[in-house]
Formats: sequence, structure tokens, C-alpha cells
Amino acid sequence: MTSRDNHRLDLILAASIFALVALPWYRIRSGFFSFEWLTDVFSSEKLWPGLVQAMSGKWQLWPILALVAATLYLRVIRSPGERGKALIAIGVAGLIWMVSEGLAIGLRGWNWGLLETAFGDVTGQQAFGAGAVVLGTVFALLIAFGAAERGALKGDAFVLGSITLLALLVSVFVLYPLVSMFTGAFQEFDGSFTTEGVSRNIIDPKIWSLSCLVGGNCGVAWRTFFLAICTATGSTFLGLVFALVATRTGFRFKKSLRLLTVLPIITPPFVVGLALTMLLGRSGSLTHVIESATGWELGRWLYGLTGIWIAQMLSFTPISFLVLIGVVDGISPSMEEASQTLRSDRWRTFRKVSLPLMAPGLANAFLIGFIESMADFGNPLVLGGSGGVLSTEIFFAVVGAQNDPARAAVLATVLLVFTLSAFLAQRLWLTGRNFATVTGKGDGGRHISLPRRVAYPVITIAVAWAVFTLTVYAMILFGGFVKVWGLDHSLTLQHYIRAFGISWEDGLRWTGVAWDSFWTTMEIALIAAPLTAAVGLLTAWLIVRQNFPGRSVFEFALMMSFAIPGTVIGISYIMAFNLPPLQMTGTAAILIACFVFRNMPVGVRGGVAAMSQLDGSLDEASLTLGAGSARTMRKVILPLMRPAILAALVYSFVRAITSISAVIFLVSAKYNMATAYIVGLVENGEYGIAIAYSSVLILVMITVIGGFQLLVGERRLRRREGFGSSASPTKKKVAQA
Amino acid sequence: MTQTRGAVAFRNVQKRFGSFTAIPDLTLDITPGQLVTLLGPSGCGKTTTLRMLAGLESPSQGQILIGGEDVTRLPADRRDVSMVFQSYALFPHMLVGQNVAYGLEAGGMRAAEARKRADEALDLVGLAGLGDRLPAELSGGQQQRVAVARALVLEPQILLLDEPLSNLDARLRRKVRTDIRELQQRLGFTAVYVTHDQEEALAVSDTIVVMKDGRVAQIGTPRELYEAPASEFIADFIGEACVVDGRVLSVANEIAQVEMGGVTFPLPARGAAPGPARLSLRSNALKVKTSGEGVAGTVASAAYLGDHIEYEIDSSIGRIFVVDDESDTLLATGSAVCLEVRTRGVALIPGAA
Repeated sequence: MTSRDNHRLDLILAASIFALVALPWYRIRSGFFSFEWLTDVFSSEKLWPGLVQAMSGKWQLWPILALVAATLYLRVIRSPGERGKALIAIGVAGLIWMVSEGLAIGLRGWNWGLLETAFGDVTGQQAFGAGAVVLGTVFALLIAFGAAERGALKGDAFVLGSITLLALLVSVFVLYPLVSMFTGAFQEFDGSFTTEGVSRNIIDPKIWSLSCLVGGNCGVAWRTFFLAICTATGSTFLGLVFALVATRTGFRFKKSLRLLTVLPIITPPFVVGLALTMLLGRSGSLTHVIESATGWELGRWLYGLTGIWIAQMLSFTPISFLVLIGVVDGISPSMEEASQTLRSDRWRTFRKVSLPLMAPGLANAFLIGFIESMADFGNPLVLGGSGGVLSTEIFFAVVGAQNDPARAAVLATVLLVFTLSAFLAQRLWLTGRNFATVTGKGDGGRHISLPRRVAYPVITIAVAWAVFTLTVYAMILFGGFVKVWGLDHSLTLQHYIRAFGISWEDGLRWTGVAWDSFWTTMEIALIAAPLTAAVGLLTAWLIVRQNFPGRSVFEFALMMSFAIPGTVIGISYIMAFNLPPLQMTGTAAILIACFVFRNMPVGVRGGVAAMSQLDGSLDEASLTLGAGSARTMRKVILPLMRPAILAALVYSFVRAITSISAVIFLVSAKYNMATAYIVGLVENGEYGIAIAYSSVLILVMITVIGGFQLLVGERRLRRREGFGSSASPTKKKVAQA
Repeated sequence: MTQTRGAVAFRNVQKRFGSFTAIPDLTLDITPGQLVTLLGPSGCGKTTTLRMLAGLESPSQGQILIGGEDVTRLPADRRDVSMVFQSYALFPHMLVGQNVAYGLEAGGMRAAEARKRADEALDLVGLAGLGDRLPAELSGGQQQRVAVARALVLEPQILLLDEPLSNLDARLRRKVRTDIRELQQRLGFTAVYVTHDQEEALAVSDTIVVMKDGRVAQIGTPRELYEAPASEFIADFIGEACVVDGRVLSVANEIAQVEMGGVTFPLPARGAAPGPARLSLRSNALKVKTSGEGVAGTVASAAYLGDHIEYEIDSSIGRIFVVDDESDTLLATGSAVCLEVRTRGVALIPGAA
């Protein structure tokens, strides 16, 4: 026991000393991993490691050296049982000091005038670099190892280390940006405190006006709210219709309906809006047909809330379908059978039993639709016209001529309050109200089919909407091959050639305009996906299997980050990571961090679901057989979690490719992402290339999903399918075995 | 060290889950080489005790010693115990042989050597040649034996078994419990066995620890518990005895003269003083007769079960459960009977008057 405790402490001590002596303490402009800094390391003061910096006048690093020395001292003279508390104290002190000095001393000295008057001048410092990052990690691990030596969580250093590191990462990449955003609202450009921006914006009638009730224009907050209500209602209704068709009717093509659920996952969010423009916009093909048939002037009706509403219904109905199919399917058939044996016909059973049992599920789908609509950025950007919604207003508040960070922060806060309230409502109201749980007892019986008076309208609506959806998607594929949409419908490959052209002169050259952003997107998505999966599943494992203090708070906070709209994340990242101590804007790292922490909750949720199916005694068996937590994770949990890993990988990869709301704030000339590039094309009216690029992205995503599937492989629990009792499903076996 | 190898000691162990105290104060010693059963109704703390011994729960207070060494703060993977789980917890994605070799490899043994040892262990439990199957391809009884082999191959000081038979059908249960007992006596390891089934406990144990509400209710050999229950709870829990009122008339030379329902007979006194007393009646303590001397009663219900007949009989000492395995005639409900007392199934319960 002692030797293990000492061994891991030695490792992090070695790491911290190496970081202090050999790694540059401050951020390097050209990037750490280019290793260009190695050539100038002796001449340029900026590149010096922490120890040298401390000796050459950076007194703010002295406490850090002292804390490392103290740890070294404890390692030598104290045994693990006695030094735990001291190690925790050192770790906490180290983190607090790094945070305070990092925030207090900026590029040009003190960040706050108060400190300057108190302590006099100080030389400015750059943002944290490799050395500082290592030291921060070491301090976090010291807390974990100290706690392990004191026997917390049965002395499991791996678990404690994971928890502290996760907490540190979540603080840095979720909490800190949000806090920065709020404080950003109260700052002048020079950093001094002011309430002017906030008070000006918070009462702005453009945000809060309710004059549409009397015929005028409502404020953007109410418009967004109203839109979200409409979208949630519509998509829940359509989702229910599809779910009923898929599970309760004899409709012949119901299997293929399930394919619809895949569509929103692989569609960049603005593509639907784009296709709608081509169909129903001013020069849209359907518009032409209608106008020539009736002689009406349809005009620009699509641009505004109506258009956004239709686009969002197209985008979010499949999600709602996915939620509701579980609910509708999960109602025990014996309930309905019981009702029928109690002299109720199918219509009465449907009204009195089935629908009430679905109610919590419907509420859930409604709230998801509400949050998604609020957070949607792509569709409003394409279809918003003059009347935007909160997410686009936020964007224009920072990138447009306004450049008013306070306004962006206020709008983002309003948006955040809306979505978080919806999220909290969902959690509080739905807790304990989910009737559609599967009991685990083999529930025999079959769902009764819908009564006829429901079935016929339901099938009609479903088919009509499915046809509409397919038309919209056909537009996407077809539009890329048409010269100028709405004017010249002759077929051409020119959009694809302009976007993805390759030239063989002087060897292979990527001449297409899309290649740059395409490769960047692939690179960043491929880096972010495994990281997201790893962080998400590790978190899931901690939440399900480890009972640590603050676990429920941790879980709740994670799930809450679902409800943070991408636009809010984008704006908060800009405000947090534009200046020291953490300066990441314009790098690939900020994009990766954004994707990892934005998509992690889904990995966590999937992991939690998968992990709950694995009998906890599997972990315990591994532990009692002498394997540590890390080995248990690697040998037992991970192999059994392959489906969840696959899902997390695919989801995070695809989301990294399709997301736009946060990304559009964070892209730079060097690291431009496909979606941001396409939006740029749309803004310039180059619909052809935009559509061509989008369809290529969709195809790539389908290919990569297939590739991931092969790579991760199947979970092998029995050699020959159908051996022995062939009927028993694999999941059940895992739970029992 | 050699003498204490396999010894277990709980010293004033307390376990709280939040505000709920599962184990208030447990002190318990387990002799090396014995098979000790923790027996009790569900929620009595027996599994918690076992899990604390395994290192899967940490005690809130107190000390746990294994082989004379304090392991209270030692995590599960570093304790010299191994455990057979109720669900077996065989890793479904690993072959049977890999399952058994898992612990050896975690301990740093080379793969080839571990596989060899695993095969030997499988041989020991009678599963030779099944090493390259997947767990799902084995029957329930075979899976159970794989779980035992996987635990035993590590040659732990203590083998822990958490209701190892509860997933087997009744017939297999009897065979497997004999196998486990036989293996334990052959190899001489210490085993701690958790069950809620008193028959199972009586059948396999050297010592039974009966627990109730997180406390030890009684410790003893199966025979001591059965024949001399320390409390009504034990009498009721072990062997489903009826507990009835009686009266100690006199005590001499540790023998008490006891009166029950008008019948008088001698019993070991067990510290009882003259006066009212409580008696435990085993199902075979009374013989059902249609005439003669004994406690008078009427048949309230009767069930024919092949090799014996079960009666519920209303009598002056209350409703009593009696098994008749001698007579072939089934008495009708309402028949008048008299119950002859056979003292080997009756015991005075100390301090329960």
C-alpha cells in the first residue's frame, strides 16, 4: 500500500519538476506542439520555464515553487498515512494561488486598479502555457492522492484522480466561461466595472416589448419564446403521430419511418432552412408552381418566424419521434389488455389508458422541442430575415457593426434563463411521473392497434409530413447539381468542381475552395470524438458506480449543460479565453474543448444507460479478484460498453461536423470549420456550392458512421448466435451473468 | 502468521449509510479453516458485513482484521480474499478460462502460467475442458462452479460466498452446497457464507452467526442453534418453531420440570427459574394421536405432502404447526386429537418469560 502511494506521488513530483525546469511556463504564440520554440528557448525570455521565470523576477511563481518543495519534503519524511491532509492542503493552495495570480496579473500588469494602488506596479505576464498546465494538473492530483492516502472512497486513487480532474476540467471549460460572460456584461472595454451596458440593454424595448399584442412588433425575447412554444407543440404532435403509426398501426412502410430518425443527426442544422428557401423562397420551385397556377404574389412570407417554424418542425420532429417511440412502446401492453377486458373498446382504452400514460412522455418531448428551438441558430440565421431570434441577435451583437459585448451577454443570459427554466421544469415536474417504465418482468401481450377514427388521420398526417421531409432532403441532393436555382435549372457539376476540385499539375493539389475547411473539420472532429467519448464514459462510470460526495450535484450540473444553447457557449468561450490566464481563441484547441464539453452530456447519458444495464457485481468481482479500478475499467467495463462507446464516438463526431451555433464564434482564418464556411457561402448567395458542400458532408458522415461501426465491432457474448436458448437477448444475459 | 492465516476479526465495527445505521456495533471472530455462515432475514446486515470484509464497503467506525493484519482501509483489490457473487458476476465477454485466469493475471502472473493454473482450478470443480467456452454457454450450475473456481484459484485466506445458491433450482442447490462444503473441507480454507436459508446454513456450516437488525443474535454450531435457541427470534428463524407459553414448576440439577397445556415433562433448565416460561416447539416436537394422553386440540387444517402430513392444530396453547411423518391416515379438519410431547423437539427459551 505504502509503496503504491509513494510511487504515484513520485510520478507527479517528477512531472512537476520537469515542467518547472524544462517546459515553457507561458503560452507560446506559434503553438507548443510546433516545437519551433525549442530553437529560441535560451534567447527569448518568453519561452523560459517556470523556475527561470521565478528567478528572473516573476515573484508570483515563488509560492508554486514553495508548494512543490513542500510536497517533496513531505514525500521524504512522512509516510502516506500521515501526510494525506497536508497534500490536500498543498493541492488546494496551489490551485487557488494559480487562479488568483493568473486572474490578477494580465498582459500589462495588474488587472484591477485596486491591486495596483495596494502593491505598486508589476510586470505583465502572458497566458498560461505548457508548464503552468502541468502544474495545475499536478495540484489537482495532489488533492486526489492526499484524499486517497486518507482512505477516502476506499483509498482508490484512480477514482479520486478522475473526479478531481473532471471537476477541474468542468470548472475551466463550463463554469469559468459562463462566469466570464456574466462579468463581461459589467465591464468596459478597459476592464473597469460598469452597469451602463447592462442597464441599457436589460430594459431595451427591442428585447422585451409586448406591443405585438396590440398590433406592433414584439421584443426578440418574446418572439423567441413564442416560436419555441409553437415549435415544441408542432414537433411533439408530429412526433406522437409518427410514434403511433410506427407502433400501433398496420401501416405497411412503418419500418422505413424509423429511418427518419437518423436524418436530423446527420444534417447540419441550417441545411433544412436552406432547402426550404429553395423550395418555398421567393424564387423557390414550389413558389413558382403556386404563383403560376394561381396568379398570387407570394413574396417573402417564408423569411421570418413562419419559415423558421417550418424548418424547426422539420428538424426536430424526428427527435421528438425518437423520444416518443420509447414512451409509446414502453407502456405495458397488459395495461391496455386489462382495460379491454374491463369492457372498454379500443377508443375508450386509447383515451382513458394509453394517452394518460403517455402524458409525461409528451411533456418531455415538448420540453426538448422547446429547448432545441430556443437554442437553434442555423435555421434562424438562414431564414430569419429582418426579424431574428435571441440566438441570432446574440451573434450579431458581437460580430456585426454593433460590437456590444454587454448586449450579447444580456441576451445570452435571457436565453439561458429560458432554456434552464425549461430544463428545470422538465426535471422537477417529470421526476417520478414516468409511467412508461419497463418492469423487467416479461410482459406478454401485444399493443392493441389504434381505433380507426384515430388511425386514419394519423397515417394521413404522417405520410404527408414524411413526403414533405423527403422532398426537402431531395432538394438538398438535387440542388447541388443545378446551375442557378430558380433561374437556370440545367444540370451541372460546376458547384462540386468549384468546391472539391483536384488538380494534378505539379502533383496533387486540392484546388477546390472547400478543401481547407473540410480537412480542418475532419481533423478537429476526429480528435474531439474520442476525447468526448472518453470523458463522457469516464464520467458515466463515476456517476453510476462510485458514491462520492457531491455526485448528484455533479450529475445535475452536467445534465444542465444540455440546456445551454450553443450560442451562449460560443459567446462565453470568447469572453473567457480571449485574454490571459487562459488564451485559446483562434486555436484548434478551443474548438476541440468546445466540442468535448458541449457533447459530453450525451456521452454521459448514453454511458449511464449502458452502465446501468451492467450488473454492478461485475466490477466488484474484478476488484475482489485483485484488479484495480483502472484495470477493471479497461478489461471489464470498456469491452462490455462497446455499443455505448460507438454511440458516443459517432454522436460526438457528427455533432462536431454539423454544429454551427458555438462554432461560428470560435472559428478563425487558420481553423475554419465546414459549417461556418457554408454559412458564409449562404450569406453571399452562393447556394449551389453551399448545397453541394452540405450533401458531401452528409455522405461523409454516413461513411464515417459505418466505419466506426466496423472499428468498434460487436460485443461478443456468445460465440454462435442462436446457441442454446436462442431467444434470450444479449442485453438480458449481460445483466444476469 | 501461519496460525492466524485465515482468521477474521471484526472489532466494534459500525456501518452507516447516510442517516441509516446498518450495523450498530459488530464484534466477531472467525476461526481459521471453518465455514462460517452469516444467517438472517433480509436487511439484517449480513451482506453488508460480507462486503465490508471484501473491501467493497468501508466501515464507518471500527477495525477489520484478516489473518491478524488490519485491513480496514485496504481497498478490495489488495485484500487477500475473494468472493463468489450471488449473480456469479462472470465476465460475459471473456471465455471461462479467461475468467478464471483474470485474478491471476491481475496479480502479475504470466498469461501462459495463469491459463495452466486456471485449467487446474476448473478441473478441481469438475469443469475440465470447458475453459474455452463463454459463460453464457454453460448451465447455471456450471456457471456457479466457474465462479467458485475463479475465486479459489487465487488461494485466498478467506473465500466469501454471497448467497451462492440462490440462482439455482432446488435440486441443484443441494448438490452444489455439498460440493462447496466438500471442497472447503478438502482444501481447508476459511469460508464466510451468507444466506437467508436456514436449511442451507444448517447443512454446510461449522458455525452459524445469526444476525438481526445489524447485531449478532446468536453464534453457535448448527446443533446448538437448533436445539438450544437463545431467543424467540432464533427459535422461529431456525426450523420454524412455534413459540408457546408454559410454566417452569421446579428446577433441580439443571433439569426443569415444565408444564405446558396440562402436560408435565423434564427439560434442560438453561438458567430458567420457576415461573412462567416460553417454549419453542419444533414441528416434530408433538406427535399427533387420536386418543391417549397429551395436549388436547382439534385439526384446523391438514395438507398431504407425500412423505409427511402437515397439520395446523388449535389447542389450549394456541395454534400449532405439527408434522406427522409416521402415520398414513389423513385426519379430517375438525377431528379431535391429542398431542403427545416428545422432549427432543422442545426447548426452554432463556429469559423470554
